[in-house]
Amino acid sequence: MTVVYGLMAALMFASSAAMPAIAGSEDVVVEDAWARASIGVNRPGAAYMTIRNTGDEAVTLTGIRTDLAMMPDIHQTSTNAEGVSSMAPAGEIEIAPGEAVWLEPGGLHAMLMRLQRPMAEGENFSMTLDFSDGGEITVEVPILGIAARGPEG
Amino acid sequence: MSRRTTLKYAFAGIVAIALTLGVGWWRVDGPGAPEQTGLRPVALSEMEFRLSDHEGNDVGPETLIGRPTMVFFGFTYCPDVCPTTLSDISGWLDDLGEEAEEMNVVFITVDPARDTVEAMAEYVSYFHPLVRGWTGLEEEIARAAQGFRARYERVPTEGGDYTMNHTASVFLFDAEGRFTTMIDYHEPGEFAVPKIRRALNKET
Repeated sequence: MTVVYGLMAALMFASSAAMPAIAGSEDVVVEDAWARASIGVNRPGAAYMTIRNTGDEAVTLTGIRTDLAMMPDIHQTSTNAEGVSSMAPAGEIEIAPGEAVWLEPGGLHAMLMRLQRPMAEGENFSMTLDFSDGGEITVEVPILGIAARGPEG
Repeated sequence: MSRRTTLKYAFAGIVAIALTLGVGWWRVDGPGAPEQTGLRPVALSEMEFRLSDHEGNDVGPETLIGRPTMVFFGFTYCPDVCPTTLSDISGWLDDLGEEAEEMNVVFITVDPARDTVEAMAEYVSYFHPLVRGWTGLEEEIARAAQGFRARYERVPTEGGDYTMNHTASVFLFDAEGRFTTMIDYHEPGEFAVPKIRRALNKET
């Protein structure tokens, strides 16, 4: 009997220790990624997507990386009561279990500063999302036209 | 503490309070107060500014009188708000079709340092063909913004670059140049299109 309890305790310990790796960023799904084409490389680009946490633990998006831009960062656009709109770095983004964050025009967006090459319509680029548990997800982002309004163009 | 020192402190305290109140008045009600916001743009006929359109033509508020007008402030180095608004505008114009053909649609830059006539020409070419891009001298942009009651501000970003905060509403005027209404940033098309129609059909 004691042996059984000991085994169960050992199993429980093992599973709880393994939890962060099972339930963290591996349960994150990225959907509807798209970006706008750029004019040359001087202007910052923007990319959008839905980041969904299908797991049962919160995950925290800590940053983004891409070889397309030297300074990629998630920014938040906000418009105040006087109709003046501004942008600021969004910092770390926590996604609750079962929830999603939407990077979409007029809200959060992946701001791609210091483009290394022009973003040409019809091409793709890869972007890596980093999470606080050390996990990462790489997504292929299709580049749509400058006047695109959503993932469908 | 001697009585004299106490008095000195009391006096300093009173001076500090008076100063605080004085500074507060200056900033809230006095000459240092921010210009009142939420004001309506004046009529186009009352505005005065000289700019250049993206084809290098000399333009001003009088260029717009005679047709209904839609005006938006932004800048071409803007990654999110400006392309989104210009695509929204392009979509509304597509929805209106022939109805909108008689309309002036103007995108005025708040960043003339980077938005030259050529930069504006390239940028507007990606949107609806009715969209015109206006730029010019800093002080003329400032005069234009004043007439529209639009605000903008240069904000430094990491790496020595800068971005612009700016009024993101779309202003609508009737054919006589009278302000009719504005469309808020990212307002859905089902509200925006009827507003434009109202500016188009306004009895003059």
